[in-house]
Amino acid sequence: MTVLSVKGLTKSFGGPKVVDNVSFALEAGEMLALIGPNGAGKSTCFNIINGQLSRSAGEIRILGVDTSGLDPSRIWRLGVGRTFQITETFLSMTVIENVQMALFSHHRLLTVWRKPARHFHAREAEALLDLVGMAEFAGRPCRQLAYGDLKRLELAIALANEPKLLLMDEPAAGMAPRERGELMSLAARIAKTRAIGILFTEHDMDVVFEHADRIMVLNRGVLIFEGLPEAVRRSAEVQAVYLGAGTLYAESHA
Amino acid sequence: MKKLQSILVAGIVFVCLPTIATSVSAQDKIKIGEINSYSALPAFTEPYRKGWQLAIEEINAKGGVNGKMLEVISKDDGGKPGDAVTTANELVSKDGVVMLTGTFFSHIGLAVADFANQKKILFIAAEPLTDAITWSKGNRYTFRLRPSNYVQAAMLAEEASKLPAKKWATVAPNYEYGQSAVAVFKQLLSAKRPDIQWVDEQWPPQGKIDAGAITQAVAKAEPEAILNVTFGADLTKFVREGNTRGLFKDRPVVSFLTGEPEYLDPLKEETPEGWIVTGYPWSGVKTPEHDAFLKAYQAKFNDYPRLGSVVGYATMMSAAAALAKANSTDSEKLVDAAEGLEVKTPFGPVTYRKSDHNSTLGAFVGKTSQKDGKGVMVDFTYRDGLKYLPSDEEVKKLRPAQ
Amino acid sequence: MNFYLVQFLAGLASAASLFLVSSGLSIIFGVTRIVNFAHGAFYMLGAYVAYSLTERLSGALGFWGGIVVAALVVALVGALLEMLLLRRIYRAPELFQLLATFGLTLAAEDLSLLIWGPEDLLGRRAPGFRGAVDVMGLPFPSYDLFLIGIGPLVLLLLFLLFRRTRWGVLVRAATQDREMVAALGVNQKWLFTSVFTLGVFLAALGGALQLPREAVTHQMDLRIITEVFVVVVIGGLGNVVGAFLAAILVSELNAFGILIFPKISLILVFLVMALVLVIRPMGLLGKAEGPTRAHASAAAPWRPLDGSVRLLVMAAVILAALLPFAAGDYALSVASELLIFMLYAASLHFLISTGGLVSFGHAAYFGLGSYGAAIAVKSFGAPMLAALIAGPLLGCLGALLFGWFCVRLSGVYFAMLTLAFAQIAWSVAFQWNAVTGGDNGLLGLWPAAFVATPARFYWLTLALVVPAIAVLRLIVFSPFGYAFRAVRDSQLRSAAIGLDRQPIQWASFVVAGTFAALAGALYTFSKGSVFPDNLGIPLSVDGLVMVLLGGIETVSGGIVGALVFKALSIWLTSQTDYSKLALGALIVALVVAFPKGIVGAIEGLGGRKVRP
Repeated sequence: MTVLSVKGLTKSFGGPKVVDNVSFALEAGEMLALIGPNGAGKSTCFNIINGQLSRSAGEIRILGVDTSGLDPSRIWRLGVGRTFQITETFLSMTVIENVQMALFSHHRLLTVWRKPARHFHAREAEALLDLVGMAEFAGRPCRQLAYGDLKRLELAIALANEPKLLLMDEPAAGMAPRERGELMSLAARIAKTRAIGILFTEHDMDVVFEHADRIMVLNRGVLIFEGLPEAVRRSAEVQAVYLGAGTLYAESHA
Repeated sequence: MKKLQSILVAGIVFVCLPTIATSVSAQDKIKIGEINSYSALPAFTEPYRKGWQLAIEEINAKGGVNGKMLEVISKDDGGKPGDAVTTANELVSKDGVVMLTGTFFSHIGLAVADFANQKKILFIAAEPLTDAITWSKGNRYTFRLRPSNYVQAAMLAEEASKLPAKKWATVAPNYEYGQSAVAVFKQLLSAKRPDIQWVDEQWPPQGKIDAGAITQAVAKAEPEAILNVTFGADLTKFVREGNTRGLFKDRPVVSFLTGEPEYLDPLKEETPEGWIVTGYPWSGVKTPEHDAFLKAYQAKFNDYPRLGSVVGYATMMSAAAALAKANSTDSEKLVDAAEGLEVKTPFGPVTYRKSDHNSTLGAFVGKTSQKDGKGVMVDFTYRDGLKYLPSDEEVKKLRPAQ
Repeated sequence: MNFYLVQFLAGLASAASLFLVSSGLSIIFGVTRIVNFAHGAFYMLGAYVAYSLTERLSGALGFWGGIVVAALVVALVGALLEMLLLRRIYRAPELFQLLATFGLTLAAEDLSLLIWGPEDLLGRRAPGFRGAVDVMGLPFPSYDLFLIGIGPLVLLLLFLLFRRTRWGVLVRAATQDREMVAALGVNQKWLFTSVFTLGVFLAALGGALQLPREAVTHQMDLRIITEVFVVVVIGGLGNVVGAFLAAILVSELNAFGILIFPKISLILVFLVMALVLVIRPMGLLGKAEGPTRAHASAAAPWRPLDGSVRLLVMAAVILAALLPFAAGDYALSVASELLIFMLYAASLHFLISTGGLVSFGHAAYFGLGSYGAAIAVKSFGAPMLAALIAGPLLGCLGALLFGWFCVRLSGVYFAMLTLAFAQIAWSVAFQWNAVTGGDNGLLGLWPAAFVATPARFYWLTLALVVPAIAVLRLIVFSPFGYAFRAVRDSQLRSAAIGLDRQPIQWASFVVAGTFAALAGALYTFSKGSVFPDNLGIPLSVDGLVMVLLGGIETVSGGIVGALVFKALSIWLTSQTDYSKLALGALIVALVVAFPKGIVGAIEGLGGRKVRP
């Protein structure tokens, strides 16, 4: 099943095109990496798909629904989970409350009456935390978490609405090398078992080549290559882009 | 300890308040409650306070009233009607005063008057000018000393009608005092002089006059005379701007209250020449009553009196007279005594009319001038308030039925 | 035609004074994010010091020297205050500096009263600019021409300072990204101090230059402060050119507005601000900021009251209910008033603490509640209980209307739009004589016979206020309350889990407005009268002070803040004429001692926080 299809996506901020006629599709259970040097248009592309930016042209369908004109919260309701490059969580709440908050929203439970909020969906939230290995932190204040734990919490939050598509913007950024691998393995496992399509951007080439099923390379807004990891590794064009910028080598061996 | 807040809430209410609430009063004194905007308007209320302090000293030096000394419990209202009511309540409910006096702002006067009506306690409003306090919103318990807005307007309209000017412009602060001053002045002057045209009106917000723009706007209308109701900082700014731009050149100006030292003194060398004003030329009044007051005031405070001093003095004299006449501290008897009460003031004897509870205190009408770089009033005469107040029949229609 | 030119010049002259003061505020805010409430006080001090100096120094040199020295002296005072006071509280929760500078303003008013006396002081005319010059046949004050020149000159100097000096580059960088500058290894402390000093210098200079135009009074500060804030916001926060344009816009609209609507001045600046913000949410030249990053709160996550504490609270409420058996009439009236202000503060606290929505105009809803109740009685003959419903209803409607516009904005722009609407509501109450009685208010609104005694009225108040506060707490811990907190904590995350910020904030705004209106309706009957003061800026500021004093990061700190602030101010007003000085000094002391507010400090003592 195609969870995400992008056709002819184009964006310009008045000047030259930052994203130029990008097309691709993402299947359920697949991990698709979007890579490219700095300024290649990865983030722009990402932010158009998640609704934070508007597009200049092109069509995006998520689970078959055209997303033009939808804001991030509408897109989320289509079944899209999301993690941020720099974590965005509710720092005034506890860990489990963060997940519960997402569950309230998913179940459209924004009532004022009845019992205090913490009694709702506690089980479900615990299950999600368990899934990402955070069960023991449930009662902790969110702001006391280590960065790697925050990333895992974000994953739990992103899974709260039983998404079919997960958008992860540099999921491994800012983490220790070992943590990165663990997080990505976790994400890959969840993607497979729950049939979730994952689109992620990443600078760490080890992470990309180890976990991505497929890789897309963006340069100056144009999709220059798409294929399996080995093919990308061998591609002269990709080499040129990265070696020209001198980053592929540096980053993958950093 | 997140929860402590809620304990504190209820706890402090319960524990602390009774300590404030102790009210024991020794009955060898008669207590008078006094409220004014001491912190908000010190320039006006300081002389006022000195005035009543002098009065109390004189009264008690003569043995007090009905054999008892007078004690004034004086409170600040912070310039807010809500706080004034709290304060009035403290005076009445906790301190056990037999009557309330004071207030400056009209709206605060009205709030306290309404409180007095509710609590059935005599209130002598010292300074509020609004006509409403004794007319449209008058009540049995409220009396007012100072010549009202209507009286001031009537005095000035009488003078204005003698001027040849036919085209008039008005400048007044944009609130009830300014609005009713202009309305009454217009009504009275137009009645005397049907030929008069009102060519412009300006309503700067109180305290925030944009004097340059206002002056220009008035000049543009080319009035032959101007009515000014602004006062205080607005007046200073307006006068300076008008002087510079020649607005007042060859144009008579009639101005409310500008002759009162409170408003005239800050003008110094800017004092315009020949404005027709109401006020209080303290150094020029030569009557025995005033001489005695002036001498005592200067001796006690080493300062000259302002109009507020006279009002403060007369207020406390009125309180004492009411107590003496009633020979009681009972509210109803005090009110009965205050109706038609005669009081000696530095301006001569005045009467609190039974019909509308206004005193017949008058004001001086004269012209402004400069002497040694200071503003003074010249060519002034004292006008008795009674002459300008509407008749008993007329005010009956203005007051709500008891 | 000539007339219009001269009127235009008059507008420019007013704009110049306004700009000087506004530019300082804008610079300070841009870099330090301090909402410097004391800016008006520095303006006033500038004028007072200049008066003292120019009265003593003779001649043209004495005058102009006096003006400049006055501005320098006050700038020095500002620098000292920044170092001694503000530096201690930069890390305190947002807006806490507002509380400190508010305390300073209160104290400065009484101090200037003690130093310079109560009377208005009219200074000298400026040597060389005494008279008028002929501008196309009409006399125009030469000093105004001088001011018209000063405005652009100062703008030019500031421009050069910011563009051509390293310091200026740093300041501009700090305006855009404060964290970045700290990362660059710049000594942020001294950057802040120098910026604050420059801002104060401009304010004081603005005040000193008013000397030849108007008398110096101890009310100058409050007369200018709101107007200056408005100009800064219309221009776009931190944007000096924007402030310049805004000052001209406001002054010219006023100069010409009064020709058509002489009464417009009262409300003009607020109308302009509301209009500008509705059309351009970031002011004329302000730049849209991206979604703000999630911010860490230092406080422990909120929990509902657990069993034992709940019992204690219930016991306290029962004790409070028994108060009438122990206290006299006055104490009970004061207690009712305290309860009313607790509810008012709790409603504002809900907006600020739970939702991060700082309202500078919360008194609007308190006032609408009190007028709603009063008008129901006066115009429709409603009984008291019906009026107690009509009041909150009007507040609710007002919050629905105003809130719809306000929640489209955020941060200080949100705050200023609430202020604008509050002032518009105030001016309606102030002007609509037929219905509201204008500034003479509505009288004779005493409680119905069945609650006519202070004890019964106290019980009624308690019976309404306690459940109302309980409901507010219930909402905080409900899923809806969590959502309200979520959109405050992280805009990005809440959007990414399907929460729509605006409807949630709008609904909360209405809830807060309605509860404030209930407090206002009760207030009407506790005082027996209503006045436009009930929706005035001072009451809005009082509310803020109560909330900040209680502690912004607590669930219900506003309640304690209200109790402490209101009880203190009632007591001080009753005890001294210098209540402002005492209260101001006390607030400053509290700010330094308890930068997390009273309740925040108590919680800190309890040590319930789990250390990371």
